[in-house]
Amino acid sequence: MTECPVCGADITFAEGTVVGELLECDDCGIELEVTGLDPEAVTEAPETEEDWGE
Amino acid sequence: MIDVSIVGGSGYTGGELLRLLLFHPGCRVQQVTSERFAGKALHRAHPNLRKASPLKFCALEELESCDVLFLCLPHGETAARFETFSALAPRIIDLSADFRLTDPVVYETWYGQPHPRPELLERFVYGVPEINRTALEGATHVACAGCNATASMLALGPLARRDLISSVVIDVKAGSSEGGNSSNEASHHPERSGAVRSYRPTRHRHVAEVSQALGEFPIHFSATSIEMVRGILATCHVFLSKPQKEKEIWSMYREDYAQEPFIRIVKERSGIHRYPEPKLLSGTNFCDLGFEVEVGTPRVVLISAIDNLMKGAAGQAIQCFNLMHGYDETTGLTFPGLHPI
Repeated sequence: MTECPVCGADITFAEGTVVGELLECDDCGIELEVTGLDPEAVTEAPETEEDWGE
Repeated sequence: MIDVSIVGGSGYTGGELLRLLLFHPGCRVQQVTSERFAGKALHRAHPNLRKASPLKFCALEELESCDVLFLCLPHGETAARFETFSALAPRIIDLSADFRLTDPVVYETWYGQPHPRPELLERFVYGVPEINRTALEGATHVACAGCNATASMLALGPLARRDLISSVVIDVKAGSSEGGNSSNEASHHPERSGAVRSYRPTRHRHVAEVSQALGEFPIHFSATSIEMVRGILATCHVFLSKPQKEKEIWSMYREDYAQEPFIRIVKERSGIHRYPEPKLLSGTNFCDLGFEVEVGTPRVVLISAIDNLMKGAAGQAIQCFNLMHGYDETTGLTFPGLHPI
């Protein structure tokens, strides 16, 4: 188990998860990229943000 | 089975209580009073309840003994008639403001008149389960919290409990049902439609409830009525006593609220539902909370959404009722809302 780098939620890998796979944090919805399996590690995946008229 | 009656059941809060209690598995609605609708079917005031019950409204003087009385009367009426109600039911859930504030001096400051029955204040437990759960479990008398106060204090609670608030500016946007079901010049459609109306820029009475529940830090509160029937969005600009990172705020809110059945953290970086939105909560007992830290300043913006008639009134009253009677806290309150709406 590892944690979301954005909100700190617990992140659990499903069986068969591979490095490079994209996951979504259940709490904050951020897309995460699996960067390690032993120990388990994730980073925030690159994302195009909407600007909402700003 | 618990026999309950509703006093003042023709208003919007009374209608929501009926909608919930008629389908609650642990109680039976015995009587519903309304002077205006006495003798008429419930659906004359609440058209959504057509065919939901054969009950008719009765007059207050026809009220009989029961296990629990829900009081939805104008402010001042519960205090004025307390002996009458007390003789009819051992348990009372009051949705007015009469017994929310425990200090009669504070009451006089905010309500502009001495408390009519200060000797009764200690009988009532303030009805916000997330703040007062243990006391509610043994309560016989509950004073349900104000709707804007509920939205605000649930947002501020985790920071207040950690003494992290230097001051807060609360900007509430509220739906028209907060004003009740009596029409007046201000609610006339040509006047009301499309209006963004500042109705209480300062000195809103619910500030006193937030201070009582969370402690004495400066609270600057403004309320604006907008083009919405149900709902409250409370945007709380908190100036922190100590800077916090977003992850730390996440941790605090998760620690305080992860086990709360009606509080959800809504904070996402993408999509159209990134922060709490009252529209999605119509008819539900949820309070959705979001936040964002302003980098480089001591400000964190907390965003809180509820349905003012549910978590802000009838839903929270049922949540308290469940706690008082040992029912699962969510009984009768599991409606998840509608989407789209």
